[in-house]
Amino acid sequence: MPLTESETAVLEPDALEALVSALRARGYRVLGPMLRDGAIVYDDLSSAADLPIGWTDVQQPGRYRVERREDAARFGYAVGPHSWKRFLLPARLRVWRARRDGDGFEIDGEEAESAPLAFVGVRGCEISAIAIQDRVLLGGRHVDADYAARRDGAFVVAVDCFEPADTCFCVSMGGGPGITAGHDLALSEILDGEHRFLARAGSQRGAELLRALPTRRAATDDVAAAAAAVEAAAGRMTRTVEAGDLRDLLARNLEHPRWEQVAQRCLTCGNCTMVCPTCFCTNVEDVSDLTGMEVERVRIWESCFAVDHSFLHGGSVRQSGRSRYRQWLTHKFGTWHDQFDSSGCVGCGRCIAWCPVGIDVTEELAAIRESDGARG
Amino acid sequence: MRAVPELLGEARFFDGLRPETIELVAGCASNVHFDAGTTIFREGEHADFFYLLRHGSVALETYVPSRGAVMIETIEDGDVLGWSWLFPPYRWHFDARALTAVRATAFDGECLRGKCAADPALGYELVSRFAQTLIQRLQWTRLRLLDVYGHAGEH
Amino acid sequence: MPASTELDWPPAGAMVPRPFRVHRRRRETSDTWTLTLEPLAGDGIDPLPGQFTMLYAFGVGEIPVSVSGVTNGLLTHTVRSVGAVSGAICAAKAGAVLGVRGPFGTTWPLAEASGGDVVVVAGGVGLAPLRTAVQSLERTRTAYGEVTLLYGGRTPGDLLFRRELEQLRRRGKLDLDVTVDTAQHGWAGRVGVVPKLISTARFDPGSAVALVCGPEVMMRFAVAALLQRGVAPEHIHLSMERNMQCAVGHCGHCQLGPTLVCRDGPIYRYDELAPLLEVREL
Repeated sequence: MPLTESETAVLEPDALEALVSALRARGYRVLGPMLRDGAIVYDDLSSAADLPIGWTDVQQPGRYRVERREDAARFGYAVGPHSWKRFLLPARLRVWRARRDGDGFEIDGEEAESAPLAFVGVRGCEISAIAIQDRVLLGGRHVDADYAARRDGAFVVAVDCFEPADTCFCVSMGGGPGITAGHDLALSEILDGEHRFLARAGSQRGAELLRALPTRRAATDDVAAAAAAVEAAAGRMTRTVEAGDLRDLLARNLEHPRWEQVAQRCLTCGNCTMVCPTCFCTNVEDVSDLTGMEVERVRIWESCFAVDHSFLHGGSVRQSGRSRYRQWLTHKFGTWHDQFDSSGCVGCGRCIAWCPVGIDVTEELAAIRESDGARG
Repeated sequence: MRAVPELLGEARFFDGLRPETIELVAGCASNVHFDAGTTIFREGEHADFFYLLRHGSVALETYVPSRGAVMIETIEDGDVLGWSWLFPPYRWHFDARALTAVRATAFDGECLRGKCAADPALGYELVSRFAQTLIQRLQWTRLRLLDVYGHAGEH
Repeated sequence: MPASTELDWPPAGAMVPRPFRVHRRRRETSDTWTLTLEPLAGDGIDPLPGQFTMLYAFGVGEIPVSVSGVTNGLLTHTVRSVGAVSGAICAAKAGAVLGVRGPFGTTWPLAEASGGDVVVVAGGVGLAPLRTAVQSLERTRTAYGEVTLLYGGRTPGDLLFRRELEQLRRRGKLDLDVTVDTAQHGWAGRVGVVPKLISTARFDPGSAVALVCGPEVMMRFAVAALLQRGVAPEHIHLSMERNMQCAVGHCGHCQLGPTLVCRDGPIYRYDELAPLLEVREL
């Protein structure tokens, strides 16, 4: 039956297989969540059976476990250690290759065929995160061509969150738990009564794909159930951040004693930056083969917690752990506003769960706010 | 050649002194000049004077065996040269050599010390001006100690 | 099936160096060389005073280097050999090919400075990023009041562009004062620090614009001396440095508080920079 963009439809759980196949048939490389090594990670989805059916995650500061659910929910978890940046901004990317040519060198323009990406299971916080990275890598004077190529044509199948983790605080940062924009298709998983999915198209191609799937018309109670689940999720946020004036708060508290306190705990391991969906720092490395005739420029993920990150003239500008933790937190919540006109945080809580010592950014921010102006 | 009090009145070093005070100080002063290359004073000699350079440039040096004369610093127009007259044993710590032709005002140390003893207010004015100069020179010397232009690897 | 997250894509424009051949190579001091480069193909680049390029030595790496000259399409860089990449660049002989990306960054505010006095304060290799500004000031001399160049180095042997400075002094359009931290035999010039030059230089603090470049410590002391003379903080401009890898605002390395040095610098206004310089390890 004909659908317009704003219309909704209902899918049965088994129809997700048709969704994956339809994306594949259209030439997409389908990526989505699956259970592996005790975590829900993002990787190539060969079928809907790969989804973490009946699994949830239980997250605390410094703790992540998966647990069995009592139902067969497909998306009954919050977020895992991966974010979609692993596909949009790959951890290791060859930027170009070159070879020696007499006195000079020649850079090889590589034309590589690669399938456009389709992301299945994108959270509201993740849509916000992708938008934030878009601003960094596409919104300035220079555009990152590789990111642009991957981003352009990436198909987003988003999912409302109905099972937030204790570490989540997306409501404070304004990016969830429901899906409002940035999607080609948005799915709301309804477990109340019959297990079904409310599907909403968010673009022409989303609508076109939805038309190709076995659906039935959405009824008012389908829409109501979906909305109720999102509202309930929003109400279950245990962590909050007073986000309105963080830029100024952090700018005037650069010598706060809290930095020294958190530095006593922080291992500067960089886990937080690796799991954070908006962290974008990279190293540009030039590597050559043993003959020195063939070289590559490679872009790899880097963390501001690495001592060498700020290396200059025989030493690093930020040598102490204190200064590096301060750099991360003040950048994420404060100076990101100055640089890119938005916050850098979407409230996904990954940094809290994956910090080996359980540092909670919401707690750190609250502590600074509580003794605003203190000097250490 | 202009009168000493008039020249002193224009000197930055004596900024803020009342005309009477300048007259008092001028009583111990005389205009001098040195040809380029002349030794103005030698390390160890009795420090009888201090000089206010009006024109020219002077090198402060010290003799280092097998290196010869090593230039520590140069003193130029408007600078004060010599503070060893202030405190015993009143002996110069470095050599001073005129790099160019030099015109200066020389102040007799013993004369000034006498006047300062008689007039502590004058003493305060002079010593505080010298203190400022010394502090400035010390800061600059410390900056040179930092060797800011050196290789990063050397630090 | 293991994830393949390394995909090959066509090279990104801003990240691909253009080949430039070393046209001439001149040794300035024991560890600094000036190279003049010409593009292998296409037009030269058009950097403004204060801007920098990313210079690439094949197979070794890339570093940010301020442009020290542009004449007839030839690009000049003065590089100090302090590491693997700078060492390779300094070792590049005439005819060798280096890669150039850029120009990037903000510029010395020469147009804004017109109508008043200009004080150019350089320390060590810091004269290189100021060289094109000094040339421009001399060329359009009548647009400014007093123009003074104050330059300090470690020893006479470490001073850059000595012959050019002599010629500059002879032409007499700018006031020039040079000093060294430590003298060597035969040096008949000043021995002392750059802030001392500032304290006695001839300029009107009320209208003067100061352009300052050198090691960060030296700039701090120089700025203190300028402020003491009464130069307004918003009229003092510094060239800052940080670790730079992409130069296009994407790698995150060059952050200096709320700014990115590759994009919001390297030339900063002192009144905006001051609060950032006060925080250690920022």
